[in-house]
Amino acid sequence: MTQAPLIERHALEYPGGYTRSVGPALSKFFTGLRDGRIFGVKLGDGRVMVPPTEYDPDTAEELGEYVEVGPGGTVKAWTWVAEPRLGKHHLGKPFAFALVLPDGADLPMLHVVDVAGPEAMSIGMRVEPRWSSERVGYITDLDAFVPESAGGTSGAAPNGSSDAEAVTGIVTPIRLEYEVNAGRAASKYLRGLADHKILGQRAKDSQDVYVPPRGSDPKTGHPTEVEVEVSDTGTITTFCVVNLPGLSDLAPEVPYVCAQILLDGSNTPWFGLVQGIDAYEVRLGMRVKAVWVDQPSADARSIKWFEPTGDPDAPYDSYKEYA
Amino acid sequence: MRDVAVVGFAQSTARKDRERNEVEFISPVVQVAVERSGIAKADIGFTISGSCDYLSGGPFTFVQGLDAAGAWPPIRESHVEMDAAWALYEAWVAIQTGEVDSALIYGFGKSSLGDVHEIMTLQYDPYTVAPLWPSMVDMAALQASVFLDASGRTERDLAEVAARCRKAGLGNEFAIESEDVSPEALLERPVTHAPLRDSDIPPVTDGASAMVIAADDVARRASSRPAWIRGIDHRIEPQHIGARDLAASVSTRKAGERAGANGSFDVAELHSAFSHEELILRDALGINGTDVNPSGGPLVANALMSAGLTRIGEVATRISEGRADRGLAHATQGPCLQQNLVCVLEGE
Amino acid sequence: MAGAVRTAVVGVGQTTHVAARHDVTMAGLVREAAEEALADANMGWADIDAVVIGKAPDMFEGVLMPELYLADALGASGKPMLRVHTAGSVGGSTAIVAGKLVMSGVHERVLTVAFEKQSESNATWGLSVPMPFSAPLVAGAGGYFAPLIRAYIRRSGAPDYIGHLVAVKDRKNALRNPKAHLHLPDIDLETVQDSLLLWEPLRYLDTCPSSDGAMALVLGSEEVADAAPGPVAWIHGAAMRSEPTMFAGRDQVNPQAGRDCAADVYAQAGVTDPRDEFDCAEVYVPFSWYEPMWLENLGFCPEGEGWKLTESGATAFEGDIPWNPSGGVLSSNPIGASGMIRFGEAAQQVRGRAGDYQIEPHTGRALGHAYGGGSQFFSMWVVGSAKPS
Repeated sequence: MTQAPLIERHALEYPGGYTRSVGPALSKFFTGLRDGRIFGVKLGDGRVMVPPTEYDPDTAEELGEYVEVGPGGTVKAWTWVAEPRLGKHHLGKPFAFALVLPDGADLPMLHVVDVAGPEAMSIGMRVEPRWSSERVGYITDLDAFVPESAGGTSGAAPNGSSDAEAVTGIVTPIRLEYEVNAGRAASKYLRGLADHKILGQRAKDSQDVYVPPRGSDPKTGHPTEVEVEVSDTGTITTFCVVNLPGLSDLAPEVPYVCAQILLDGSNTPWFGLVQGIDAYEVRLGMRVKAVWVDQPSADARSIKWFEPTGDPDAPYDSYKEYA
Repeated sequence: MRDVAVVGFAQSTARKDRERNEVEFISPVVQVAVERSGIAKADIGFTISGSCDYLSGGPFTFVQGLDAAGAWPPIRESHVEMDAAWALYEAWVAIQTGEVDSALIYGFGKSSLGDVHEIMTLQYDPYTVAPLWPSMVDMAALQASVFLDASGRTERDLAEVAARCRKAGLGNEFAIESEDVSPEALLERPVTHAPLRDSDIPPVTDGASAMVIAADDVARRASSRPAWIRGIDHRIEPQHIGARDLAASVSTRKAGERAGANGSFDVAELHSAFSHEELILRDALGINGTDVNPSGGPLVANALMSAGLTRIGEVATRISEGRADRGLAHATQGPCLQQNLVCVLEGE
Repeated sequence: MAGAVRTAVVGVGQTTHVAARHDVTMAGLVREAAEEALADANMGWADIDAVVIGKAPDMFEGVLMPELYLADALGASGKPMLRVHTAGSVGGSTAIVAGKLVMSGVHERVLTVAFEKQSESNATWGLSVPMPFSAPLVAGAGGYFAPLIRAYIRRSGAPDYIGHLVAVKDRKNALRNPKAHLHLPDIDLETVQDSLLLWEPLRYLDTCPSSDGAMALVLGSEEVADAAPGPVAWIHGAAMRSEPTMFAGRDQVNPQAGRDCAADVYAQAGVTDPRDEFDCAEVYVPFSWYEPMWLENLGFCPEGEGWKLTESGATAFEGDIPWNPSGGVLSSNPIGASGMIRFGEAAQQVRGRAGDYQIEPHTGRALGHAYGGGSQFFSMWVVGSAKPS
């Protein structure tokens, strides 16, 4: 019987967003946007490029002669976004991405155009900026380009204030969502946990038992096709006492012990917490047993931590090749 | 320069593999490529992979990849955060130093785990472009818009590329999407990312490919018909979208010149993930009358991080099987064909 | 040594390393190092044939393949560009990949840059993004390495203060290096012993800082090096080795990959007694105890005796085999660049360009070393003031 693969949702997001310092050229650009103005930079060959960069993209020479461009411009290329991405596309409605050549610039910039539908877009159409009412020094201060006839604010924005301090940094939130699958080997292992069992695996050509298994014997790359149940009791081969709080939401109160534990019947150490004993009484060679949650499930957290069995310590020679 | 040849290649693709993790996905591909090479795993001098952490959503994806390759006793090994075609390039360079005579290259990525079109947004200028969240498809569509406007080509030209590739995909067991369809029928379908239709856009593909290359006599001993790398070169363009001529691929042209991509070819495999890219690349490489993307190309299976290496593998396989004598392979990465690699392969 | 073409470091540049560079973009950061290296090599952007970039995971800065965006700032337009990522060893691996482009005869002049702008996010977050189905990492990077240090102490019988000696020594060395991130003039054994206990046996001052910084090298062929305006550092050997994170019987304390890598690079350079044949070594020591552990792994002494070498003062600035005269990773740690800083500092020593932390030349040779992952990825090079035979 084949069971449905184990899949979990996963979000990759640096809390609070990336903090990006912007350097001189982008400081000019973002400060300009905040003030309702668009700045480009003069390249080595005299062409004006927007947004400005610190270095010439072709020759790498340093640049620094900024030129105000626009506010009007011409669409040089476009595509339509029928389904805006929630939390990503700031307009929150269908729109066009476009390469817009601001008046006075020689090279186009990428931004969005807000029109009712793709039929309103064409190469060569004239556009002008619509400024965001609250501007902070970010690319979306220029809310969108709109058709020139539609009454854009023609550049100078009402709240423009070039006296304010220059923009030196931006904060960029990035959240990506994934569906991560455990894979065959880990699924078997995780399902074993639900049955209160620890299932390792080994390759046909080796006696080395891996737990948790990842699907291959890393020595050879051969698949680990043979299932081997191992004990939930083992020996501490080495450990550290963690005194630094806040490393993880799941971490217990400090001090706590993080150990490598060689489960009886397995050949690779397991990384686990040791509880039920004063952190400073944990020893190398100490025999420990898994403490399970009341209702184990196909979840790596079904084993909460390990506690001493009270048995005599294993002799150093019995585990030293693992320490 | 030492003569270096492709002596083994294998690939695997899936629309959305939810059974296997990366290790389980890569391992069989590596085993088959090594088997086909005729060189014992232990005798391979250098191992290198190409992958992308952001596809799997966590750092150090390539470390797991090592478990699939098998790395004991310790191996000479490296990794590029690039399509594995560039891993091949680094391996070729390693052989040129004389330090090793053979190399295993593999690339892998499960594009289906997240929204890959959105993930690739993080490739763009992190200050002024990425925060607007243009997707990988949006960027390609903008290039298509520029290209059609500048070249006078039409959506019909795109449909002809798409129809030919989708039909060719019927003969490729690794194709994710394929069908026998006419350009006219494709033109009836809706434009989804103007000026592109879904048939102009590659399918999201999970995949891996692996290759073994070897120098001189090692290659001749291993293979009855090695596919010799006669030239390989790669070039990058600036990223600033305004600073590039999106209607042409100057970096491909330059890499092609450096790799000796002139004269006639029996086969060409181009990493043209979008229909218009094939037209741009044909122009850049001066391809005329060559069988382009007989596998169906990336429009039928586009496993990010291995699709470029797969182009080279497709050409090499045709040469080794005697179906072609001289072939051209191309790989790309970055928005709108920013970085391009060209490889010329020949039989004896 | 390996390679058809003799190859040398002809230019070195690096940023001053600090916790957060608020005044530059990522492009500005790498430019600073690259411009200094080009000026050192007396070259301009147009002289460079190819660019090789290295850094640790993209998630640190939230930019996927940032080399694509950096191409403009690094003069890569129309040139080949490669991006290396081999975990913590990446700075070293990147220098080696760049070196091979020259050794192979493919290129004459290659610019290589490694960087990390850790202040864009936070390294602790970046290194331990929680992934589904994995046991949650509740102990951070120190929680991974501290148990290995305990195992080392158990094996070797080292006294518990040995690590603290390294913590003091490397910070004292950093006082000679104006570009080092940490300058702690008052540090002594007592300060380290009184610093916060984080991951027993590691205290706060036993661990490396988190830095923004970049390192750049210009590598040139024999012809280029012979024409260089100043002294160059010839590459006498370069090697990389990897082994899996975890396998049955793995020696995590004294990994075979490190021993093999050292043996390879010494064989290429003709080194038989590293302690005697190097003027100094720049070795990746992010936690103080890794000095005695790597002393053994790299063959500077018999197994079990590394701590004795450290305690004897042999690795101190005035010792017979100084380790990390620049202050090392314990004083500056822009992760992706840290390995290349080791490689570059070794080159500066044999060029006689190490300023106040210059070690008096004896053999004119030095070792650069980097490692990464779970002590599983190694890269090393031997550089010398004399052209290799």
